[in-house]
Amino acid sequence: MNLEYNNQLLGYRRPDGKVGVRNHVLILPTITCATQAAKQITELVQGTVSFIHQHGCAQVGEDYDQTFRTYVGMGLNPNVYGVVVLGLGCETHQARSVAGEIAKSGKPVEVVSIQDNGGTLMTIAQGAKVAAKMVQDASAQRREPFDFSELIIGTECGGSDACSGLSANPAVGVVSDLVVEAGGTAILAETTELIGAEHLLAKRAVNDQVAKRVYEVIEQMENRAILMGVDIRTGNPSPGNIEGGLSSLEEKSLGASNKSGTTPLKELINYAEPPSQKGLVWMDTPGHDIEQLTGMVAGGAQVVLFTSGRGTPTGSPIAPVIKISTNTAMFENMSDNMDLNAGTIIEGEETIGEVGQRIFEEIKEVSSGKLTKSEILKQHDFGIWRIGPTF
Amino acid sequence: MGVQYKTVMMKPSDNVAIALMDLPKGAVVPVVCEGHQQEVQLVQDIRFGHKFAVKPIAEGAEILKYGEIIGRASSEISMGEHVHVHNLEGIRGRGDKVESRVQ
Repeated sequence: MNLEYNNQLLGYRRPDGKVGVRNHVLILPTITCATQAAKQITELVQGTVSFIHQHGCAQVGEDYDQTFRTYVGMGLNPNVYGVVVLGLGCETHQARSVAGEIAKSGKPVEVVSIQDNGGTLMTIAQGAKVAAKMVQDASAQRREPFDFSELIIGTECGGSDACSGLSANPAVGVVSDLVVEAGGTAILAETTELIGAEHLLAKRAVNDQVAKRVYEVIEQMENRAILMGVDIRTGNPSPGNIEGGLSSLEEKSLGASNKSGTTPLKELINYAEPPSQKGLVWMDTPGHDIEQLTGMVAGGAQVVLFTSGRGTPTGSPIAPVIKISTNTAMFENMSDNMDLNAGTIIEGEETIGEVGQRIFEEIKEVSSGKLTKSEILKQHDFGIWRIGPTF
Repeated sequence: MGVQYKTVMMKPSDNVAIALMDLPKGAVVPVVCEGHQQEVQLVQDIRFGHKFAVKPIAEGAEILKYGEIIGRASSEISMGEHVHVHNLEGIRGRGDKVESRVQ
């Protein structure tokens, strides 16, 4: 592949005009009761992916809506060619409703229900049958050129150490700027880990309304800890963060906010909601690695950048996650899981700008087909940010 | 031949710097940042990635890194001392400190 000229990428054009960097057939269980059957289908049919979760029933109000939006967003993500929505039959999150929303994009969507099919075995057979047809159709599609204006990059950090704010996060900030300059979209997430750095982001908001939302989402997140009567430090920074030298949430946040680069903050979006603007956007998510990853991917991110100081295996069933280590020792120790090393900044071998450029080049490769470590190891993580109790 | 001790200070207004390698107690280490230049004698071992004070910090005073507040000294901290969870407390998200506000 010749990607030398401009910022040309190669992806799969979808019926709604969006472009995917992968061509998965997603077996989407809308209820925890259907996740085991979904997993069986992925073992029978090559080219399919799925995920295990514990949601989809006895949920109400905004919590119901957020889970619904996440399911639909996973199906709508342009990395997905087509979807087999798998339900039980009696759950609150009806497979048919989720499928109906996804089908509006023009993608192939099929619904298979365990109760309608007379049990697990017939469901697996029926699901595998429709999935096999979709996989063959997907395989006939070719990659075609597209550019950064059609790309949404998610950014996150997890298992942070004191190097996160010195090396990998500022390098991702450089990438965020490069993506935005090239006409694309970069998502900043993890509201919890921006507590103490919100004033810096509010200053970069494009208007007063966005600045006001910055303070609102921070206050809501901080109030959750305050209402529980606990020091947020009992959960964040985590024991590993503290071992690595981070002493307070504010310190971690100031390092984390570096990932946002220097461009104006265009909008603040809800969890799993697609951005309506290009440029830098902030998605309101918790700091939990898998929940924020899921939120960004359900919001349409085709590629995710993930920095880590302590090391992590995290990946997504449908989006490549490029994992960047903040220090060389961990990069060498966890070479199974980490894709790039920003520890060279600490050693003075490369500048922040040089590492940022290297990550940017890797985005082009990965967007055009190169597999990341978490994809190769089938690290299909998924977790929804629940905002209400189960009833 | 002395060892080249590596540290980083993010902003000249900061009162802490970070060890970029394991630093031994008693070492005199250079701290340089945008024209600010000083030497600090460490009063204890400082591990890679951890912070030490570059000036004395009074109990209750704000601790600055990146030129921003990262917390408050929960006890008096002398120059060259390890600054971490034992003597730095976060100010934000402190549900344990706001009983009067919640009721």
